[in-house]
Amino acid sequence: MAEPMKIRTKMVDGAAQIFVLMIHPMETGQRKDPRSGQAYPAHYIQHVLATLNDKPVLDMQCGPAISKNPVFGFRVKGAKPGDKLVVAWEDNKGEKSRSEATIA
Amino acid sequence: MEQARVNHLRRLILKGGGAGGVLACALAAGVLRPSLAHAADWNKAAFESKTLADALKHIGAEGAAESADIHIKAPEVAENGAVIPIEVSCRMAGAESIALLAEKNPFPLMAHAVLANGTEGYLNTRFKMGQTSVVKVVVKAGGKHYIASREIKVTIGGCGG
Repeated sequence: MAEPMKIRTKMVDGAAQIFVLMIHPMETGQRKDPRSGQAYPAHYIQHVLATLNDKPVLDMQCGPAISKNPVFGFRVKGAKPGDKLVVAWEDNKGEKSRSEATIA
Repeated sequence: MEQARVNHLRRLILKGGGAGGVLACALAAGVLRPSLAHAADWNKAAFESKTLADALKHIGAEGAAESADIHIKAPEVAENGAVIPIEVSCRMAGAESIALLAEKNPFPLMAHAVLANGTEGYLNTRFKMGQTSVVKVVVKAGGKHYIASREIKVTIGGCGG
């Protein structure tokens, strides 16, 4: 099972500023093992879906160019402290993770 | 197969106690736009495009208009191409999606985010780039595509072995 995400939120000018850190290798499939010359197989997050009180707020698709241990920051206007945030991701190998947080 | 994975992701979201029922009601009432469900399919054609023009075509952003309302905050020179911070914010109202592209990456399209239900035209992340390149940001607002560019120099690439 994937490590849980770290989620930080704070209110800025009536919007919730949300930062999500995911623990993931984000292997591009282009990096080669210097000993064998074989490329490490690609392993990266393809989908990220964030919902606030069950309504989707960010529906993102990613390629392998996102850095290892990805960080995503976004802002939701009209969000209120106490709102329930759920973030889920799925990678190209079908591994998944889901974390919950409350808007601070 | 793509569809099955998307369903998995949705199920994952629904797992929270009772949330499934609420969302099902919302869907039944047509509160959630069906276009969002479509947007959830991983855009293989766009992400596997090897040229910027192809990638733009596959996200439907051909002929996007240059805009000064998109602000890209990123270092001019990135010492480490494996971790380049970028912050995109746009001043136009009603931003619907933001796409990040690096012209000289093997696959230019890096991320494509659909914004909904009050999410502002703002995105902050970190990405990889193998060599100095122009980074393009495409924002869709009011049904139209806008584009802005920014060159980032890389001294140590982030993609090689």
